[in-house]
Amino acid sequence: MSAHYTDTLAAFLDELPSPEKPATDLSRRTFLQASAAVGGGLMLSFALPRGASANNADAFAPNAYLRIGTDNKITLVSKNPEIGQGIKTAFGMILAEELDADWSTVTVEQAATDEATYGSQFAGGSMSVRLNWDTLRRAGATGRVLLVAAAADRWGVDANSCNTESSFVVHTDSGRKLAYGDVAALAATFPIPAPESVPLKQPDQYHLLGERITGVDNHALVTGQPLFGIDKAIDNARYATYVKCPATGGRIKTANLDAVKAVDGVIDAFVLEGNNNVQQLMPGIAIVADSTWSAIKARRALEVEWDETDACCDDSESFEREAQALSQRHGDTEIVRRGNSQRAIANAAVRLEAFYSYPFLSHAPLEPQNCTAWYRDGQIELWAPTQTPGRGLSNVAELLGLDESQVTIHQTRIGGGFGRRLINDWMCEAAAISKHSGLPIKLQWTREDDMAHDFYRVAGFHSLKGAVDSAGKLSGWEDHLISFSSDGDRPVSGGGIRATEFPAPLVDNTRITQTLMPLKVPTGPWRAPGSNGIAFAVQSFIQELATAANRDHLEFLLEIMGEPRWLESGNAGALHTGRAAGVIRHAAQAAGWGRELPANKGLGLAFHFSHAGHIAEVAEVTVNEKTVTIDRVTVAADVGPIVNLSGAESQCQGAVIDGISAMAGQKLNVSKGRIQEANFHQYPMLRMPQAPQVDVHFIDSDYPPSGLGEPALPPVAPAVCNAIFAASGIRIRELPLLSSGVRLA
Amino acid sequence: MTTISVNGTQHDLGDIDETMPLLWALRDRIGLVGTKFGCGIAQCGACTVHLDGTAIRSCSTPVSAAQGRQITTIEGLADGERLHPLQQAWIDHDVPQCGYCQSGQIMSAAALLAETPNPTDADIDRAMSGNICRCGTYLRIRAAIHTAAKSGKA
Ligand code: FES
Ligand code: FES
Repeated sequence: MSAHYTDTLAAFLDELPSPEKPATDLSRRTFLQASAAVGGGLMLSFALPRGASANNADAFAPNAYLRIGTDNKITLVSKNPEIGQGIKTAFGMILAEELDADWSTVTVEQAATDEATYGSQFAGGSMSVRLNWDTLRRAGATGRVLLVAAAADRWGVDANSCNTESSFVVHTDSGRKLAYGDVAALAATFPIPAPESVPLKQPDQYHLLGERITGVDNHALVTGQPLFGIDKAIDNARYATYVKCPATGGRIKTANLDAVKAVDGVIDAFVLEGNNNVQQLMPGIAIVADSTWSAIKARRALEVEWDETDACCDDSESFEREAQALSQRHGDTEIVRRGNSQRAIANAAVRLEAFYSYPFLSHAPLEPQNCTAWYRDGQIELWAPTQTPGRGLSNVAELLGLDESQVTIHQTRIGGGFGRRLINDWMCEAAAISKHSGLPIKLQWTREDDMAHDFYRVAGFHSLKGAVDSAGKLSGWEDHLISFSSDGDRPVSGGGIRATEFPAPLVDNTRITQTLMPLKVPTGPWRAPGSNGIAFAVQSFIQELATAANRDHLEFLLEIMGEPRWLESGNAGALHTGRAAGVIRHAAQAAGWGRELPANKGLGLAFHFSHAGHIAEVAEVTVNEKTVTIDRVTVAADVGPIVNLSGAESQCQGAVIDGISAMAGQKLNVSKGRIQEANFHQYPMLRMPQAPQVDVHFIDSDYPPSGLGEPALPPVAPAVCNAIFAASGIRIRELPLLSSGVRLA
Repeated sequence: MTTISVNGTQHDLGDIDETMPLLWALRDRIGLVGTKFGCGIAQCGACTVHLDGTAIRSCSTPVSAAQGRQITTIEGLADGERLHPLQQAWIDHDVPQCGYCQSGQIMSAAALLAETPNPTDADIDRAMSGNICRCGTYLRIRAAIHTAAKSGKA
């Protein structure tokens, strides 16, 4: 296996907007277009021109952000995939707020996959709200302006004498009212104002934003309606399973296909050679059957001899040994060097060294990978729970040699993403199986498939050195990150560290270096990539230093932040030390930092900045022997204004639980290139009895809103580990806790 | 010939493979897809349904074992248009994130309330510990169960 992992994954990740390079061109290359909706009414979209004038009924574009029927029904369109981050509700709320629509009459529907119309459509990097906030507000506000103009025209009054209220235009002087639906058709005939010219609401005019709004799909969810990819049913669909070599990259030498075909319910079994692109199609055996169960059962009859010449043969224990050995020196590559950290450490009043590590992890979304595909007449239609529908569309077109116009992807609701569904290997498999068999098929991975063929969170090792001077101040910092590369050059996804990574820019004498070990295990973004491991090492070690220097951890951390300022001038996506100090103080105060606690209880603090979010967390734990109860986690977050308070709080709580799950017991071992853990009995997920109380506090902030899918996760592991130390003196330097014999009660 | 009763309706499954887990019979054969597949080995609870009122994992229950007994799935929990108090509480507390685990969670909770109308936190822990929520909505699940219990209609 050659460079295909890194090349394709890195190229793909480069395409995604990120906090460092926001996709600012989006609103520029799209513009507003209003047209008459079918059946009469106003349709407003950011569609690219389609060659028809705005007043022509034929100009009706099938994709739009909002649609108002003459029956007063308002339909809002959410363009990005819903993976449980609550985006469908949040996007609807942003549109409805500026439109001044009555939320109770609004319907939010999922957009088609159409990046020509919508710009990029993806769920990743906590970017959905950041990238679309402005566009969606203007889309809603423009609708409102047109409706007001239409009503004013009808009344023969000045538009400035009119206002809106809950899906009505109101003439302020006379008190006359017209429902949006009644003026929608007329509004469609008015010229579109320049998006920049429409007035937007001030925060004190919000009715919806910042409120607690229940998810728009909740009724359907609690009544078991078919929403997810796995729920898709098409007539005459057959059920497929796909068996690949457990060591990625293995090829099929022999397989007893005839025996498999003889199994009851099996319709066909065949080998697909694939294109040796792990993000698309690796070699495997497809079994097509009359039910999911028949397909799964037929696997038991399958015997394959694998050719593992080019397959992954990685071994996680050797990685750990090698990393230990490498930790004794500086890294191969220098990421940043300022001042003289060696001298600072030599002259320090207190100096410490420590080795921190965290393991490979699986995403394990609860809905195992699946996809329904129907190839016919040179075209393919797919129903796919994907975080990157646009990317999936080009993957499938490339794999099958189709034009992109011959590929249709329906976005389904997604039973958890966490980064796994940024990659569409399962979609490519379904497409290839449908094409080869000539049947509409539903591909279903088992949980075992899902755990064996993930793009894992990469393991990492930090060799840290720190110095505190005689004034008790952090005076030197060295971090040698030992990570992995699959192309011999760049770190794998989540395996790098930035020169601006806290606390490097804030310490006079600092040096970050990196060494990369070769890796064949596929890796990919896992909720808060990079941050999810780095925060554990950095924030734990800072507490070690504070303790060794006899300093209060809170004061020590605040002192590192220093004067309020942006760490990268001109980059509003960078860490701001004032916002950081704000959340740290807030979390500490809310958690009762400094109060007297019983002997076996402790508080632990941690801060991390990622995805433009400043988040501090304090954990309170009780430790008996080596058993830990997490009593409470307090979160303070500065992520700009909150769109949906209920959703935002839920994301923080979920991220905390997810972080604790991974911290407590999750570890994948790799041997002979094979992941050793197969299912939840070997890869424990946190369960209800262990879930702590999580209190979430949002800072009232006027910075641009940023996403919350990820940034609340990184601080929780160090906060809990620091609390364990405070309560018991047990220092956790290796995750998961189970590796040190520490378990949750 | 295998016949099962789901949400009060008889379904003739013909000469179905009797080792087929109830889960796949419900999803692939009857088209009731509210019951979810998560692990296949009774570890996650996504596939929870009621068998004669008891919460069971349908992924690990062969369809033969369900013959002649009453199966209730998430689709049969509401009384027509009237939601079960747990379903309403789930909406009021905005419990779901991705939502994938929630039909299993609700079915486990419904079996709990049927037996223990006013559960303590410890009762809830016991009844719900077989259900994984990968998104971590446990706090709201607990709150919603208490709310439904207090409504007294469960
Ligand atoms: S699918 Fe049945 S318990 Fe997980
Ligand atoms: S809401 Fe996603 S698994 Fe529970």
